[in-house]
Amino acid sequence: MLLDIEMKKDTLFVRPNGELDLGVADQLRRTLDETIEKGQAKNLVINLAKVSFVDSSGLGVLLGRYNRVSKNGGQVLIVSPQPQVRKVLDLSGLLRIMNEYPNENEALGKIG
Amino acid sequence: MQLMNQMRLEFLSIPANVAFARVAVAAFASQLDFTLADLEEIKVAVSEAVGNAIIHGYGHVPDRLVRVYAALTQDTLELRIEDEGRGIEDIEKALEPAFSTDAERLGLGFVFMQSFMENFRLESKRGRGTTVIMSKSTGNNMVRAGEAT
Repeated sequence: MLLDIEMKKDTLFVRPNGELDLGVADQLRRTLDETIEKGQAKNLVINLAKVSFVDSSGLGVLLGRYNRVSKNGGQVLIVSPQPQVRKVLDLSGLLRIMNEYPNENEALGKIG
Repeated sequence: MQLMNQMRLEFLSIPANVAFARVAVAAFASQLDFTLADLEEIKVAVSEAVGNAIIHGYGHVPDRLVRVYAALTQDTLELRIEDEGRGIEDIEKALEPAFSTDAERLGLGFVFMQSFMENFRLESKRGRGTTVIMSKSTGNNMVRAGEAT
């Protein structure tokens, strides 16, 4: 899995590329936590356009970051999941707590 | 139902093998007329079962073995995923949605397996390991090109 990370103001944009499963969960969790801390990110935008697979280990990382960010009054927004990834997100209930947007600009617009 | 093909995989209980197992099973299953969406669901189910074996069965100990058996009949993939780990103390509780022994996990592994597969069954004995049995049918009676009579 490759990970593109960009900080814009107080929002961290994360663009993983590949598959989010047990094999990459620890690395993803560590990188996100370090980056959130270092950049003092309030909000998190997770662009899933290039994620071809996710299972409950990958979702666990997203849920953990949601808990962390929302505890500090921030938001977690999901951008552009592929259909097979969206199905898993939907079944997990995560789309009920994280809003979904078709692109990063719309997500950024919602953060204000 | 007549057996058309079968295979067995045995691999170390390391996280990198979760992807190996799901891709191998999906490639094997693609001998039947599964849709791409079906194959994606099979991949999630295999990922969850193998992940559970590594995390919960073996507690992340990397030198144990996970076994995957797969068989194909004319329209069905049958799967059996086994570990010889610690087993599940309370199967009923383990099957409850959102039950997890780890705060960073969703406790949805079995929900995904049950949602995406058919005939899901869990066999486990404390200290003796866990076996997940599940299947999935193509759900169509299409005749392959060249097989029409």
